[in-house]
Amino acid sequence: MGIRVNRVEFTKEMKKEYTILCPDMTPIHFALLEKVFRNFGYNMTILKNTGTSVVDQGLKNVHNDTCYPALLVIGQMIDALNSGEYDTERVALLITQTGGGCRASNYIHLLRKALINAGYEHVPVISLNAGGMEKNSGFRVSFPMLKQSMATLIYGDLLMLLNNQVRPYEKNIGDSLKNLNYWVDRLGEEFQSGKIIRQNKMKSLMKEIVLSFDTIPREDRQKVKVGVVGEIYVKFSSLGNNQLEEFLHKENCEVMVPGLMGFIMYTVENGVIDQQLYGGKFWKSFIMERINRYLGNLENIMIEAIQKNSEFTAPSPFKHLKTLVKDVIGLGCKMGEGWLLPAEMMELISKGYENIVVTQPFGCLPNHIVGKGVLANIKAIDPGANIVPIDYDPGATRVNQENRIKLMLSVAREKMEDVKGTASHIVEESIKDLSKDSLPINMI
Amino acid sequence: MIMMKIGLDVGSTTLKCVVLDEKDKLIFHSYERHFSQIREKTVVLLNEIMNKFPDKKEASLSISGSAGMGLAEKHGVPFIQEVYATRLAVMREVEGTDVVIELGGEDAKILFLSNGLEVRMNGSCAGGTGAFIDQMATLMGISLTEMNDFSKSHEKQYTIASRCGVFAKSDIQPLLNQGASKSDMSASIFQAVVNQTIGGLAQGRPIRGKVVYLGGPLTFFSQLRETFNSTLGVNGICPENSLYFVAMGAALSDIETPINLEQLVHKLDTITAKKTYGGLKKLFKDEEEYMIFKSRHEREQVTYSDPLTYKGDAYLGIDAGSTTIKAVIMDEEDRILHSIYRSNQGNPVPLIKDFIMDFYKKYPDIRIKTSAVTGYGEELLKNAFSLDFGVVETIAHYTAAKKYKPDVDFIIDIGGQDIKCFKIRDGVIDSIFLNEACSSGCGSFLQTFAEALGYGIGEFANLGIYSKDPVDLGSRCTVFMNSSVKQAQKDGASIADISAGLSISVIKNALYKVIRASSARDLGENIVVQGGTFYNDTVLKAFEDELDRKVIRPNISGLMGAFGAAIYAKDKGNDNSSLLGMDELEMFDHQVKVVMCGLCENNCSLTVNSFGDNRKYIGGNRCDRPVKNRNIEEQYDIYDEKLRFLKEYKSIKGRRGSIGIPMALNMYEMLPFWHTVFTLLDFEVIRSPFTSRELFIRGQHTIPSDTICFPAKLVHGHIEYLIDRGVDTIFYPCLTYNIDEKMGDNHFNCPVVAYYPEVIAANIERLDETNFVFDYMGLQNKKVLSKKLHEIFKKTNKDIKLSEVRFAVDRGIKEYKSYIKKIQSKGEEFIQIARENGKRIIVLAGRPYHVDPETNHGISKLITEYGVVVISEDSIGNLASKTPVDVLNQWTYHSRLYSVADYVGNQDDMELVQLVSFGCGLDAITTDEIKAILEEKGKIYTQLKIDEITNLGAVRIRIRSLLSAIEQKDKEGKGYGHKS
Repeated sequence: MGIRVNRVEFTKEMKKEYTILCPDMTPIHFALLEKVFRNFGYNMTILKNTGTSVVDQGLKNVHNDTCYPALLVIGQMIDALNSGEYDTERVALLITQTGGGCRASNYIHLLRKALINAGYEHVPVISLNAGGMEKNSGFRVSFPMLKQSMATLIYGDLLMLLNNQVRPYEKNIGDSLKNLNYWVDRLGEEFQSGKIIRQNKMKSLMKEIVLSFDTIPREDRQKVKVGVVGEIYVKFSSLGNNQLEEFLHKENCEVMVPGLMGFIMYTVENGVIDQQLYGGKFWKSFIMERINRYLGNLENIMIEAIQKNSEFTAPSPFKHLKTLVKDVIGLGCKMGEGWLLPAEMMELISKGYENIVVTQPFGCLPNHIVGKGVLANIKAIDPGANIVPIDYDPGATRVNQENRIKLMLSVAREKMEDVKGTASHIVEESIKDLSKDSLPINMI
Repeated sequence: MIMMKIGLDVGSTTLKCVVLDEKDKLIFHSYERHFSQIREKTVVLLNEIMNKFPDKKEASLSISGSAGMGLAEKHGVPFIQEVYATRLAVMREVEGTDVVIELGGEDAKILFLSNGLEVRMNGSCAGGTGAFIDQMATLMGISLTEMNDFSKSHEKQYTIASRCGVFAKSDIQPLLNQGASKSDMSASIFQAVVNQTIGGLAQGRPIRGKVVYLGGPLTFFSQLRETFNSTLGVNGICPENSLYFVAMGAALSDIETPINLEQLVHKLDTITAKKTYGGLKKLFKDEEEYMIFKSRHEREQVTYSDPLTYKGDAYLGIDAGSTTIKAVIMDEEDRILHSIYRSNQGNPVPLIKDFIMDFYKKYPDIRIKTSAVTGYGEELLKNAFSLDFGVVETIAHYTAAKKYKPDVDFIIDIGGQDIKCFKIRDGVIDSIFLNEACSSGCGSFLQTFAEALGYGIGEFANLGIYSKDPVDLGSRCTVFMNSSVKQAQKDGASIADISAGLSISVIKNALYKVIRASSARDLGENIVVQGGTFYNDTVLKAFEDELDRKVIRPNISGLMGAFGAAIYAKDKGNDNSSLLGMDELEMFDHQVKVVMCGLCENNCSLTVNSFGDNRKYIGGNRCDRPVKNRNIEEQYDIYDEKLRFLKEYKSIKGRRGSIGIPMALNMYEMLPFWHTVFTLLDFEVIRSPFTSRELFIRGQHTIPSDTICFPAKLVHGHIEYLIDRGVDTIFYPCLTYNIDEKMGDNHFNCPVVAYYPEVIAANIERLDETNFVFDYMGLQNKKVLSKKLHEIFKKTNKDIKLSEVRFAVDRGIKEYKSYIKKIQSKGEEFIQIARENGKRIIVLAGRPYHVDPETNHGISKLITEYGVVVISEDSIGNLASKTPVDVLNQWTYHSRLYSVADYVGNQDDMELVQLVSFGCGLDAITTDEIKAILEEKGKIYTQLKIDEITNLGAVRIRIRSLLSAIEQKDKEGKGYGHKS
């Protein structure tokens, strides 16, 4: 039904007494982010509600042809408002707005329409964006707050990465998660003070984190290594991807999920690339470059902390990622996850994660290009790449999704067995073997 | 350890089992439909095996197949992914196999075994194949064997959408209704399956060498194998035991753990599946609630009258629906004398003939005074029986509902193939909602489902009444529902729960997808529900529950269209009915012939129905040309004009070689620019022709994403064409940004338009034969663009100077502007003509590439047949201006739509019809917004979804409904009549 919208501003008065609800995406990062927001006087709560009513509210209030993440995010918010847990007269909603050529930048508008539909016209919606798209007098991300938020990303990435590499091998089930939870709490406290973003503090904290994971007793087992890439929401959100990580964990795999920082740096970097391709204002690109230099520093601290203190696989620096896609896709491809998605696949492959799940919302426009369209190029470079794109959708069933992932895993396991079997042979021979019939199975 | 090996393959519809002995020899096999009773059937099967081999207490056992996953997990039996199992079996059974094509109930798989192993499985969209063939056979009312036999004697093939089952279905239905022969249809369906498999799975990789066919459909249908053979140019084999390869692979997968069969059977027998899904709300609390519900609805009655005692005139109304035929004969007091409601079995003509003759014979004293027909088969039946009037469906249904409930303000009709809803404001049909080609999971879907599970539709629906935990099956399309049901079964849902769940899904689909409603207040106070599907109490209750409102279901809910037509006929009145009499009916003869039209580039295949005495009806046409002899009236169609303008950019020989430009996506607007630039730079510019079906098929095999929009899929064919033409360079740049027309806040292209060249570069191997330029560039900065072009073409043509390029780019932009201006002055001219002649104007608004005849399927022509002047969104771009909207307004093509919608809203004699390509993600946003803009100004919003093949029948209904609603508004002085 056609609806016209009036934007409700989030005012200074509201800041004092309103609760700000924010949809969840990655539990680790967002738990830290919640702390930062609270420290700066915003009463933020990350939504944890799941279940069929979330999807139902999404279906009811959002155009059904819209992408699945929009449906879930909006459904989760409306479901929360309906739940009775919050005083709907004193609640605001926070949503990110990317502003690129992907329709995802429209989520906030869809949310407003949905709120009217559901009878919450009066609830203010705050746009969290980098481009100054909508302004609210009661909501301002100050410079220190921005810096701290960026720090949560790098800490979150580190924790996620280490937990993923420890948990499949831990001798005592639960050790890794326990350690992870400890750190989420501890970092939350550390964020009380601004010191946490100082370089030295970061270095020492990260070292401590790495060591704490490294000391967890682990078994020397070989597991299938699976990388997960995809549309940013369904890649991270277990609500969006039907608990993909848990499923893979149960299937006895080690999972690698490239972090959130890469995505932020990618969006910043596009400002630089745009200027190179199409001209435009140089100062803009200059600022973007400076931002990425700062973020690149944070990234380096993390990489060093891993490499100096452990044997864990560290991610490649963003700068390197950018070079990996030279023969796969142009850097001008910047809508949605754009060139970053194939770059992450290339990076995973280079680190030994040749088996990859590409998570994408059904009918996601950029993913037609970067998730499915350029796979042929990746396979041309690495015939051993074992990649399966999976569509997520309110109608798509787990059975079908898991069946396809299982096919990918069968291939991966066979490959692992073969590698084990040929390990004793001369290396050259095994390479010859690989190119014959037993190894590289690719599937769509 | 050596032992007996059992392999179980639990597919979506069948259960297959093999037993191998110690030497891997096949000693037992079975194949049966499991009707979703997987656990029970497995027990029976295992008992049978134990009886047969009493000395074997233990065996290895593996399960494969998508529906077996749950069983395996629950009972700790090893699970083998089915494609993987197939591979194991093929490598052992058929030596030297290059490619395996396996079709199952719902899955399609291709395995490339030689030269780099690759395994491919259909995505979650492309839907079922075996199940699809089943559905099609049901639709035609023939058995599967008959289908195979019929296909052998086919004379021609129709093009049927190969994207997914639901699409194909909506192509097939109208063809059947137009009288296409069952032989031709059967062959066309097989061809569609073949195209779907190759198009969806091969993705550019050639299928050749030793091809092996596996799975049910390929085993049972020799004609399907033949079709594969002829399409691929191979001679594939279907090996012995081709049904059992997955099961054999499962048995062979080296499982070392023996399983005690007796114990397993015991376990299976005693542990009933536990429900692991969150059920929806029960439809009926208890028997009592159901009884109250029932008696409330029994009050809504149309009365019947006894034809034996009735003396006087009668009125005939026929509703020729897509799957059913309905007819009513009523008396002067609108009481029903006689009626029929049944499946049309693909040909309604003999059924209606019998119906009328039967009435004549039994009641010779009653005279049928007038007659009218509505529905898909309107034209066919009107011609066959010389019926007096044809009436558009919306009007027929409203007429009937009004009789029932004079203050009705919302009508929803769920039929076999489609959902129709209309909102009535002040006695005028105000908004019309029809389901799109995609979500037509309605009545026929419930029916095929019931049959697949081994029930009649009535029985199946009744089961749902007593469901305790209706299962949530989602609300997308039927294909998804198939797999949702699989999931539900895995989670332990009973048939009753599935039945109730399906009914709820049908309702959710109608409410949230078709109507886009979020609550009852969006619909109205007095809701009348109609259509055969609402005969099911479960569907009706689901609807009331979802809306939380009591609605009215007439006792003749399935006959309402026919009833409305009868009333319409009576109201119109006619003293000299042309309806065929008894004598004429006795001589009645119906012949069907298929011919190719060839009067324009659409090349419609026409079905010519002749009825004995020189009466003829031609179906399958998109315009009136083959029907009328010549154009009687001048037609004003700007889509035609735009094509003509584009054709003016001709090739001119140049000394720097040739540049090919694919006529696809944004090139439909950018051609004037690039053509000018390259011609000035002394290249010969060769553009690919406008798309034809053949051109599309040519590129189909390299499309990597089967769910992308059709206009994008077309690019592949154009590139193939250009490669074949042997051009030196193919130029198809990536354009993140479009031209800034100041109508929005930014000027992006959509991701597909912007980056499709990347997909082309990655997937068409033949591009190696030529120089493919797909660099990123933009038109926003002439200097940067010139530099970029210079850099690129310097590589192949060293003598190109930057100054030359700059000049060319400059001129190119001028040419582009003058091209846009040309379209706009044409638009002005058309508006003026329309206003001078009192004609209505329809702005057929879409994208530049929608002018491609293969994309719009001649819809613009179809609209002009109704005496309407058709203009396009870009032809009035200069009249419209930036309009405030509630969404992010940042794509050039979409900004135009908003501005134009706003403009149209202020023009009394203009309507807007939006063309939307199926799968267009951005239009999910624009459609709601444009609707809001138009409705705010009191306009009716009409959307036409188009895809590979468009069911023009549905388009016709929409356009006719729109026009008759406007007419009605004008008549009652409530609308915005044309001010003269």
